[in-house]
Amino acid sequence: MPMNEAGSKAYATAQTLAQKIVARAAGKPAVTPGEIVICKLDLALMHDSGGPRRVKPLLEHLGARVWNPDRVVVVTDHYLPAHDDESRRIIEIARDWVRDAGVRNFYDGMGICHVVLPEKGHLRPGMFAVGGDSHSPTGGAFGAYMFGIGATEMLGVLVTGEIWLRVPQTILLEWTGRLADGIAAKDMMLAMCGKLGLDGGQYQAVQYSGETITALSMQERMTLCNMAPEVGAQTGLIAPDEVTRAWLEEAGVTKIDTSRWQGDPGAAVAAHHCFDAAALAPQVAAPHSPANAAPVAEHAGTRIDIAYIGACTGAKLEDMRMAARVLKGRRAASQVRLILAPASRRDQEIARAEGTLDAIIDAGASLLPTACGICAGYGANRLEENEVAITSTARNFKGRMGAASSRVYLGSAYTVAASAVAGHICDPREMLP
Amino acid sequence: MSGTSWVFGDNVDTDVLAPGKYMKSGIEELARHCLESVLPNFAADVRPGDFVVGGRNFGAGSSREQAPEALRHLGVAALVAVSYAGLFYRNAINLGLPAIVCANAGRIRAGDRLNVDPEAGRIENLSTGESLDCEPIPPHLAQLLRDGGLMPHLEKRLARERGIRS
Repeated sequence: MPMNEAGSKAYATAQTLAQKIVARAAGKPAVTPGEIVICKLDLALMHDSGGPRRVKPLLEHLGARVWNPDRVVVVTDHYLPAHDDESRRIIEIARDWVRDAGVRNFYDGMGICHVVLPEKGHLRPGMFAVGGDSHSPTGGAFGAYMFGIGATEMLGVLVTGEIWLRVPQTILLEWTGRLADGIAAKDMMLAMCGKLGLDGGQYQAVQYSGETITALSMQERMTLCNMAPEVGAQTGLIAPDEVTRAWLEEAGVTKIDTSRWQGDPGAAVAAHHCFDAAALAPQVAAPHSPANAAPVAEHAGTRIDIAYIGACTGAKLEDMRMAARVLKGRRAASQVRLILAPASRRDQEIARAEGTLDAIIDAGASLLPTACGICAGYGANRLEENEVAITSTARNFKGRMGAASSRVYLGSAYTVAASAVAGHICDPREMLP
Repeated sequence: MSGTSWVFGDNVDTDVLAPGKYMKSGIEELARHCLESVLPNFAADVRPGDFVVGGRNFGAGSSREQAPEALRHLGVAALVAVSYAGLFYRNAINLGLPAIVCANAGRIRAGDRLNVDPEAGRIENLSTGESLDCEPIPPHLAQLLRDGGLMPHLEKRLARERGIRS
């Protein structure tokens, strides 16, 4: 793009974190929001549903090979457990394809891609990455610019190693104050969905900031970035800090640069929304939109049939710990089916070793495999006609998890667990030890 | 291009466009269930050349490309909406399905006959006589659409590169 006077002036001005990462990926000293750039990919993530089964025939049609197999990560999570012939075939294609394409970063049945990716040390601050799944912005929790794309666009990435991008503006979502006990990142995110609406993010970058964010653990940060698409953002970012560094080092990542990947003070943003963590009550989003969020009191007493702790959004180790705090020594109401599908094998094993898993299972939960399952409406456990569920997942669109007449409420793992015990939606703060 | 419009509201999501239950099936089967939870007769009654008209944030949700692919498979000629979810928009263009941004899409009624020129960014409503201005499709995407989508675009690019090498 030619450097006109306005452009060069903008280049001299402060850059957001999103601009800095995009500029580096585009091979430019700086970029301006609205500018169309071609970026080189550091990483491309695919799962079994949108990945090999879709791109393999397209690659063959083009007679093309993967630009760099070492920058590709494939995770099976959508069609596991493979409960029928079609599912088995889809999983087999993934297994065959990674072998033929020379993709060594293949995680088969290890959990949901967005959680497995950082666990296995594939993310670091400043990366520019895509994933063949809308919840790919989860990587933003680690200071990576990561967003979801469809299968044909993934094909383009696999062939060229590049993608076009309209440089985003940044929408700052700043949180101050301390969360009360029993309130989680999920409640923060649902509150933001309620305030911004499903398209408030305008396909720009949202950045979560402020002392409340700094105080969050990595998995809680992941929950926020995971749901950036639910406010219509292309990606969600959190500037990396010592919490990021410590987590990544444990995952085996070396040479972590946190200081380079910070927005400049005074960088222009499109909007700046402020939220008060101390005033936040548990949030529940009513059917059929995450934007239908309100304090739990508005829906208290709504009877439920199913309480589901699952998905990359809501069944990480810390979500399971939240549920266990509520469920320890209690039982789910007799008419409620309590279901747990841990987000990753690693998290499940830690939860098992420390007793978290037992606390949930002893409360009557059935344990499903570490896969997307009900959240995506895949597999054998879909919601039946007229069933009412409360879930720790990201989306409650009509019919997403099963029958069009089913109704899904979204809440934190605390709220899902407490509602399972009560048999109706209730405030988890009443049940905390 | 001209055809009949099918009108939907705001936030038409990818789960109603491509329900998870049928995602393992081929596009033929999946397309039969496109939008069925909001308009059961849509897939059976939509005709090649028709238009799907939405409000704000059309295509919210998943990255599943089968959402625009199902519409294309049913013969939908173009989409007209006040705005699109960004991921869906990219997918539609990549598949060669024009997604037209029209601030006044809300003025189109179900069943209106439209004449649509995606590149010029112009809609003639033949039923009401009204003409609606739309945002022109950005140049780099107009080229993709002219090629028929990202696949044919890549084919051209690879043929060019291979030609240079040989």
